[in-house]
Order: sequence, then C-alpha cells, then structure tokens
Amino acid sequence: MRILQFLNSLLLKEFVAAFFLSMKYFFAPKATIYYPFEKGHVSPRFRGEHALRRYANGEERCIACKLCEAICPAQAITIEAGPSKEGVRRTTRYDIDMTKCIYCGFCQEACPVDAIVEGPNFEYATETREELFYDKAKLLDNGDRWEREIAQNLSLDAPYR
Amino acid sequence: MEFFLSALDYLLGIPFLGWGENVGFIYKGLLLLVALLIFVAYFLLADRKIWAAVQMRRGPNLVGIFGLFQSFADMLKFVFKEPVIPAGSDKFVFLLAPFVTVMLALAAWAVIPLDYGWALADINVGILYIFAISSLGVYGIIMGGWASNSKYAFLGALRSAAQMVSYEVSIGFVIVTVLLLVGSLNLTDIVVAQSEMGLAYVLGVPWMNFLNWFWLPLFPMFIIFFISLLAETNRPPFDLPEAESELVAGFMVEYGSTPYMMFMLGEYVAIVLMCSLTTILFLGGWAAPLEIAPFTWIPGAVWFILKVWLVFFMVSMVKAFVPRYRYDQLMRLGWKVFLPISIFMIFVVALVLQLTGWGWHGGLGGLA
Amino acid sequence: MSLQLFFFYLFSTITVASAFMVIASRNPVHSVLFLILAFVNAAGIFLLAGAEFLAMILIVVYVGAVAVLFLFVVMMLDIDFAELKKGILQYMPIGFLIGIVLFLELALVAGSWVILPEVASSSVLPIDDTISNTRALGQVLYTRYVYLFQGAAIILLVAMIGAIVLTLHHRKNVKRQDIIEQVARDPKTAIDVVKVKSGQGLNG
Repeated sequence: MRILQFLNSLLLKEFVAAFFLSMKYFFAPKATIYYPFEKGHVSPRFRGEHALRRYANGEERCIACKLCEAICPAQAITIEAGPSKEGVRRTTRYDIDMTKCIYCGFCQEACPVDAIVEGPNFEYATETREELFYDKAKLLDNGDRWEREIAQNLSLDAPYR
Repeated sequence: MEFFLSALDYLLGIPFLGWGENVGFIYKGLLLLVALLIFVAYFLLADRKIWAAVQMRRGPNLVGIFGLFQSFADMLKFVFKEPVIPAGSDKFVFLLAPFVTVMLALAAWAVIPLDYGWALADINVGILYIFAISSLGVYGIIMGGWASNSKYAFLGALRSAAQMVSYEVSIGFVIVTVLLLVGSLNLTDIVVAQSEMGLAYVLGVPWMNFLNWFWLPLFPMFIIFFISLLAETNRPPFDLPEAESELVAGFMVEYGSTPYMMFMLGEYVAIVLMCSLTTILFLGGWAAPLEIAPFTWIPGAVWFILKVWLVFFMVSMVKAFVPRYRYDQLMRLGWKVFLPISIFMIFVVALVLQLTGWGWHGGLGGLA
Repeated sequence: MSLQLFFFYLFSTITVASAFMVIASRNPVHSVLFLILAFVNAAGIFLLAGAEFLAMILIVVYVGAVAVLFLFVVMMLDIDFAELKKGILQYMPIGFLIGIVLFLELALVAGSWVILPEVASSSVLPIDDTISNTRALGQVLYTRYVYLFQGAAIILLVAMIGAIVLTLHHRKNVKRQDIIEQVARDPKTAIDVVKVKSGQGLNG
C-alpha cells in the first residue's frame, strides 16, 4: 500500500492525469466571445440604461405621477411636475442619477403608462461623473433611440405578466 | 595604450578591417541578447495563451494577429508609465533590485550552448557558473522586498529567500548526478556525452538518440529537477513570494512601470534559462531525437529551441492545473522529500558507475 | 597580460572599497550588500588566478547561501546604532590590536611569497597545468586528504544535527499534520458504511 503510494507520487500519477485533463480543455471550444465585435444574448427582461418613451404620435407618455420617484429605493429619481404647452400635467424636470441607481427595475414596474423603462443598452460608460446625471432630454433621447428594441422586449415579455 | 587596443580588439574586433583575429565578442553578445529578448516576449505571450486555453479563454488576441504583438505593446505601456517610488523606501536599493534581477538572469546565458560551439563563452565550469548565477537571483527579490518599506513586499522577500535556498540544494544534487555520469562541468561536454552513450547503444539501436538522453536513466532526478526549477523561478505552484491571494503581489507590490517590467523580464528570462538547462542536462541539448535522415537535416539550434519550448509548455501547463502549495508544504517537499531522494540517487548512481565502469570517457579540456 | 592586470586592479579596488564600506555604512543591510559585492569581486580575482572552480564555489556557497541568511537576519533586526556606538572608544584599543595582528600575519604570508619564491614551487602538491583545476582539486581532496575531508564533513554534520537537536522541541497536545497519511486516505479507510436498523440506532 505504502509502496504503491510512493510510486504514485514518484511517477507523478495525479500530475499526469491532471495534465491530460487540462489538455482536453486546452482543445475544447472557447467559452468566451470577442466582446466588442461579438455580443452575448441579452434577455428581454434585461434592465439596462433608462429611457423615457413617447406615444406613436410623439406625445410624452410620462404623466408625472411620481410613482417611480416614490418607489425608487436608491432615491435616484427627481421629478418636478407642471402644465405642458397643451395645458396637461407633465414633468418639467425628470432627473435620474445613474451613479445612485441600483437597476432594480422598480420604476418601470411602478409606471402605469410604461413611460420609464430600462432598455437593453448596457454600454454607456462615460469619462466624467457628471455625464451620468441624466436629465429629461437625455432620457427622452434614449427613448427615441431605443424605442424599437424596447417595444419588442415589452411585447415579448407581455405574455408572462 | 596597448591594453586598450587589445580590449577593443576583443570586444569590437572586425576581421574584414584587418584589425585582429577576434570576431567581436560584443556582436555575438548583442545578437544573443536581442534574440533572447524577442524569444522571451513570445514565451510570455505563449504563457498567457496556454493558460487561457486551459481555462477555455482566448487570451490576448487584439494586438496584431492572434495577439502576436501583445508583449511589445505591454512593454511600451510599462516604459511610458511613471515609476512611483514609495515614501520611506531605500531609493537606491529599490531601483537597483530590478536591474540586479535582469542582469543576473541575462548573464547566465553567456555559457548556454545553443548548438555545438555556439556558446558565447564555453567555460570549463559552465554548469557551476549557471548554478552560481541563478543562486544570486534571489538578491533582486530580497533587495526589492526590503527596499519597498512595505510589509507585504518584505514578507514576499523573506519567503522567496527561504524558498530559493531550499530548492537550490536539491537542484545542486540533481546536477551532481548528471556530473557523475559525464565527468565534466562543461555544458558542451554534458550534451555531447548524452549522445555517445546510453540505453540506445545497449539495445543496439544507436540511431534512437532520444533513448540515450539522461531523462531516462535519471528519470527521478529529471522530475525533481523539473519541480525544483518551478520553485527556483517562483512559478506556480510555488509562487509564494508573489502569492496574490495573500501578499497581493509579494515583493513586487510597490513596483510599477519600467522597474516592474524589468522584474517580469528577469523572471521570464530565468524561466527560459532553467528550461534550457533542463534541455541541456536531460533532453540532449541540440541533438536530434532520431539520428536518421530527415531529423538530422534540421540544424541543432532548432532542435534546442524546440526542446526549450516543450519544457516551457510543461512549465506553463503546470501553472494552469496545479494549486498553489502552502508554505510549510513547500518546505517539506524541498527538505524532507527531494533532499533524501536526491542524496539516495547520488549513492545509487555512484555505486552503479563504480561497479560497472559505465560513464563517459571522452571530452574536451584534456579530460582523460 | 595588460588586460588581466587591469581586471585585477579593478576587482581588487572594488573588493577593498566595498570591504571598507561594509564597516563604514550606517545601514546594516547596506553593509551586507557591500559584503556580497566584496565576495563577488573576490570570486573575480580567483577567476583571474585560474581557479575557476573556487570562484564559482565562493559565489554558490557564500553569496548564494550564507549571505542570504545574513541578509535574512539583518533585515529582521531593529538595530539602534546610537546604542551600538556608545562603547566604541572602550573597545577601540583591543580592536586596533587585533587588526594589527591580522595585518602582520597577512603581510607575513604575502611577504614570504615575495622574499622566498621557492616556497610556492616547493609546495607539497605541485600544480599540474595539464588538467582542469576542478579535477586537480578532486584528485587531491579525494585521494590524499580523503580522511581529513570526510572528517571535516562529519564534524559539519554533527554540528548541524546538534543545532537541530538543541532547537527542536516537540510540544505535546499539538496536532500535527501527517501528509503521507492524509494522501493515502481513500473511501475505504475514510468512510464506514453501516446498516442501521430503524428504532435501534448504532448501539443495537
């Protein structure tokens, strides 16, 4: 028993076994992708960068009910309400501090009109901290830019709600 | 005046200008240096690629095709960064340490024979020279660790000192067994001896050269040498001086930019050196594995480099699949396992040589 | 020849200078580093004298092992130099005396070489130029002086074992790791499969 064990360790039995095991993985297909050129699958429920949506006629969805502001656990959202040009209640200010946001998705759950949503975009790193303090214009711009993907994701997720 | 002329002649002698007989020593040295540095750049890349492949990653692949220029990009990055010298450090020793590491690692290459007669300096005590230089390698680490004025760096340096001193002993004994077989300290002799005696001759198939090499008759020593070389060069699983999970980066914690690069360079040059030493001692140096037509056409230096790559591949793979040793396990392995086995093997080898009269009896330097 | 002379002066100047720095530098770690420099340059002088084996052994043993341990110890010490320098005047005369004795002895050894050149050639074992000095050393050590050599080795071994015995003490009640035992464990020795009847437990 002892002799067998001595021979095993002298001849590096486990070492050789480990070598062949790792050679198997050496030639196995790679698990990684060429990230900037090749992207992984993103779920329709993915909670990425925020966006404010519009109706098809271009009217802002947000009615300034402040439910998102109330539910936000990180208190990242700041809203001020006032009458719009047409005289209906709309936001005069809608800020999200992206450095505070924890991407919990409560705002989009709370929204009665699907106005604030977290879109599929996750590549919005900035060079300065200030660029991450999003205002209403930036959020509406995001909404216009990502509307197609957001609408598709919402419709894909709709059957499960 | 005469002295200066003779010195210049030795270093720079240009035969076609009719200025002495020496082919400038300095040119050969520079050629070796440049070739070595380029090779080391690719050894570094290969190391990262192999490690990545085992973990099913791709490794560096953006700089140049397949990331072939990654090491050069890294070098540029290191060179253009600002070196930070910590407050309270011993500035001179702090900056001296990486130089010591690199210089010693490069100095040892002077005696490595890449092919028959290709050694920069084919000295009589070549193997002892390499052993001496590699035993000095620990100073770069100790000086760096001490001069950093940091606890992590100091602990790394202390570990390194104890580790390298322990494993040098078993490396020394392994070398002694090889020397018993060869009877010469000259590296060229050691390589030549491996092709002129051995199992292939006993079996009557002298063209199967790879059976002659010392890895077979000295198999346990071959393994001990391989493991000791990992410990000697601070490679995983013996990378305790820089164990990132405990000591952040060990003796290199406070280093950045060019000094850090020199540490890394010295480390890899030392690894490649130890790989070449394995090739010379156990894998027949520049000799072709089979002494038949297509193999003997390939020049010896190519075989040498291929063998060094093979050993380096193993060194790199070990990093991928062996977990790091705990410090007391490392010491136990060195002193309680390798030392007795290697001393025992010296007895066995000496006894066999004495009883049978085997061993190599040719050679250079007037050895009878 | 002139090249050799140049290197001799280079090595010896650096050796003497760094030997001076060993005692002159304020930081003990610097002292040890200068000591190493002195060792390496002494090895260079050995090389010039054609004793390449001795040169390499000097580096391997003294620089590679002994000085590492020196450095090891010195780096760990917290030396207060003001404290150390207090008694310097008190010890100065005796230190000076020992220094002079050492110097005179060295001068005698070196002087006899110059005064009586025959001393070198009349040594017991003439230097044989036809064989490498590694072999020459081996031939002397393992034939003529083999008993003395082995005796020295045994004395060193006894000293080593003595040091270990003096410092090693096994404390009781401390659990120790037996790696061989641990590695030898397999499911057969580690797990005991027992069929337990319900309601009876293991005692039944």
